[in-house]
Amino acid sequence: PSERKKQKKTQGCPKNILDSLLEFTRKCSSTRQHSDWASQMRASEIPTAALVLGVNVPDHDLTFQSLSELLRDSVTPHVASLQAKECGALKQLMKRVLERVMGTVVDDDEEEEEEVQQPGSRRHHSVLCSLQALCDWYSSKTKKRSSAAVDEQHRQPPVVIIFKDLEAFNPRVLQDFILICSRYVQRLPLMFIFGIATAPSTIRHMLPNSVSSLLCIELFQSLSCTQHLTTVIDKLILTSNFPFKLSGRVMQVLVSIFLYHDFSVRNFIKDDDTLALCRAELVLTTVVFLRMLAKDELISLLQKCAEVLQPVKSKQMKNARVQLEELLAKFKQLDEVAAPDLQKKTDLFQLQKTLLEMNESRRSKRRSPFELLRNEAVEFIDSLVKNHLSPPESKPLYEVCYYSSSATVRRHLNATPRTSIQAALGRPYNYIQNDSLKAEDGTVSNAAPDICIAYKLHLECGRLINLYDWLEAYSTVVSAAEDGDPDSDGFGKVDEVKHARFIRAVSELEFLGFIKATRKKTDHVARLTWGGC
Amino acid sequence: MAGRLEHPGYDEEKLRIVSEQLPCREVQAGALLSLMGQPQQYCYPSLFIYGHRASGKSHVVNTLMKELELPHATVSCVECISAALLFEQVLLAFFGCDAASLLPRSPSLSDFVRIYRQQASQSPAEQTRYIVLEKAELLRDADANLLPALLRLQELVSIFLYSEIVWDKFRPNTGCFEPLLLHFPDYSKGELQQILSKDRHPSYSAEFYSSYVHILLGVFYAVCRDLRELRHLAALNFSKFCEPVAAGKAKETDAHKLWKNIEPHLKKAMQTVYLREVSSLQWEQMEEHDAGALRGLSAHTHVELPYYSKFLLIAAYLASYNPARTDKRFFVKHHGKIKKTNFLKKNEKTSNHLLGPKPFPLDRLLAIFYSVVDSRVAPTASIFSQRDMSVKFVLITCVNICFPLQIPEFKVAVFLFLCRFVLFTSFAL
Repeated sequence: PSERKKQKKTQGCPKNILDSLLEFTRKCSSTRQHSDWASQMRASEIPTAALVLGVNVPDHDLTFQSLSELLRDSVTPHVASLQAKECGALKQLMKRVLERVMGTVVDDDEEEEEEVQQPGSRRHHSVLCSLQALCDWYSSKTKKRSSAAVDEQHRQPPVVIIFKDLEAFNPRVLQDFILICSRYVQRLPLMFIFGIATAPSTIRHMLPNSVSSLLCIELFQSLSCTQHLTTVIDKLILTSNFPFKLSGRVMQVLVSIFLYHDFSVRNFIKDDDTLALCRAELVLTTVVFLRMLAKDELISLLQKCAEVLQPVKSKQMKNARVQLEELLAKFKQLDEVAAPDLQKKTDLFQLQKTLLEMNESRRSKRRSPFELLRNEAVEFIDSLVKNHLSPPESKPLYEVCYYSSSATVRRHLNATPRTSIQAALGRPYNYIQNDSLKAEDGTVSNAAPDICIAYKLHLECGRLINLYDWLEAYSTVVSAAEDGDPDSDGFGKVDEVKHARFIRAVSELEFLGFIKATRKKTDHVARLTWGGC
Repeated sequence: MAGRLEHPGYDEEKLRIVSEQLPCREVQAGALLSLMGQPQQYCYPSLFIYGHRASGKSHVVNTLMKELELPHATVSCVECISAALLFEQVLLAFFGCDAASLLPRSPSLSDFVRIYRQQASQSPAEQTRYIVLEKAELLRDADANLLPALLRLQELVSIFLYSEIVWDKFRPNTGCFEPLLLHFPDYSKGELQQILSKDRHPSYSAEFYSSYVHILLGVFYAVCRDLRELRHLAALNFSKFCEPVAAGKAKETDAHKLWKNIEPHLKKAMQTVYLREVSSLQWEQMEEHDAGALRGLSAHTHVELPYYSKFLLIAAYLASYNPARTDKRFFVKHHGKIKKTNFLKKNEKTSNHLLGPKPFPLDRLLAIFYSVVDSRVAPTASIFSQRDMSVKFVLITCVNICFPLQIPEFKVAVFLFLCRFVLFTSFAL
């Protein structure tokens, strides 16, 4: 199922933009062959496609992967993709380009120092890291190809270099690379694709005029993120064939995470994956969605259901199908009543809003005939589903799979490091299942680790904490743990071991960010967090 | 205006071809020739040629070398990431790849000289060999001994260096053999006219093209003297210029009509193509379809950001441009009065926008963020990763990198209009 999902996802990827990019590539390689006056004047520029993909960086990988595959299949076999983090210096960039286009290992002066010096023979086997080598390789390939080639374009396919994340590249490295490439553009048909996450004006910020005048840049805009998500949701989740559905509230949480944080469709799908391993509550899902759908969409969905049920041979299903068709007929007969004002699902944020609104106003609204009919249809499907797809609760081991608690989802997806640290420090029993650590809320057991004791004590202080007082309190607590006799002489006295343990606990708290050293008062530390438990 | 290049020792015919290809550069070419002397004579060891971009430096030298068939090696220092590549290319050009393969791994200068001597003794030359190094300013960043050594290779070769930067900036601290300096001045308007008229369109007369060039220079000379740029512009706009003639509406000699046709077009080109806001391809398409306004690269500044990223950006902007002492007043509900000291009164007039963004520590950013965001939001890891993302997209930049000893500080890196845009779109939600 994950492969199928991924397949569907690449189809859901902006198909138009990939097509137009391919067109652009083909056009560039063909205009190069023209010998008319204007093309000759323009022949010294490197054709470049500036692809604006949006801020959803985790999705870009997939897009570029499919782009490379498409290019390899239809236009040219020489495609190289580069990421900024592996091209910190010009040398590494050249190396990657050569390796990926030629498919061989490139000689690097700095590596392999222990190799035995064999002057003469060594150089013949490895390729030097320069564009001249690429030129020679390309021309040798062209000669081999020219005999078998059909047309000019196949004989001289362009060499495409894709810069996946342009903003992250070192501008200097990029400029030098473009300068070098422009010297070889007559001999080597190069083409660049820039993957831009923010806006095309970053090109102007990264490349000075002297460098951007060597490029012939054309702009391609991808779908905006919300449109993209809508497409994906349409194709993957809301089709009746899709086996995994999520409960409505879980959906809300995921959608809000999407909109608020990441705009990343990929993460959206990934979480879908992990949750969909558990079978979510089908009934609640379909009911929620069906209630929301506008009239025509409901009709189409019912029709789809009917179609799906059609090939099924069992008698029950046939009955169900008949009932479904009756319902459909009723729908069609219905006059154009004022349907509840649900807008078309153009904006996902609107969707969420309407979800919330619906939940609030559902009881107060009086039902129109459409709504009555719709409810009837919904209940029918409800019963259908209940009878034929037995709900998860009735199955054994459902706790393993059943997952509609949105709070848990939120907790897992929205990592809150500080809350978890505070929980760990305040209630160590949650993490270390030691009975001696069990304590009521608000108190700390004497046997807790040092840092927990220090943490609890610091919570009672104000903005500035006197270290000596803290130390005293700490040693009192610890002494109570070690030797239970409050009347003995050595009780509460600070010895070296306790001192060392206290200092260690304090420096760990400082590292975690709960306190910091301050110059306002000597021997005091400032408290940085409030509201712990 | 065109002089003749003359020099004993070189073929007359070849010299004539050379001078045809080098209009307006006879003086410099003549100087070069006389410095190079006759082929069998020694040349001055090193020559430094400097001048602005597209002032003909490499064109002159390359033409001389090619037409007079002198043994030379042309190397661009941009490509020579290491000195080894430089040596390799030189040996390759003079002696073939067998000699180049004799170079050991990470060769030093002495290796290069040794192998060169070896090869030169095997194939002695009657003519001086020349090494031509482009963009020589990058040699300053290479090993400290490379530049002085290259300047001294006099018994073997003669080096021509060219660059856009003057020699004074090149002088190494330890001193070196001073090369001869040769300056290539910028072309004057008349010279530009002459040169540009040379690459005329084959189907139109030379006078027609030169009148076109004249008009073009009239519009663009004030802003641009770069020959390459002007050539590019000439190529792009010529078809529009010929339109009335091709359509039959005007004759080639109708200067006024042609001018009226082309002038608004050139003005538009100055805003777009000249600044490389649009590509030449788009420009031509626009000509064909006669579209209205053309949106250049700079017009596309719209960035779609996730909800919290927008607030992070706004918080960063506020943190950068508001001084820290005003935070309490803006972001805390019940603040007391803030007393203005004398110092503050004095400095009130300076607008913060003129001074640029100030750095701010991370905790201030987060504090402002939490007070600006209207809904309750827990400090999750996603927010922190968004901050990283914003740094990556150069929306905010990290100023000091002493983390974890110090709290990292940031500055906002975008302009007011982008933030305003973000603000308006986020409140429209």
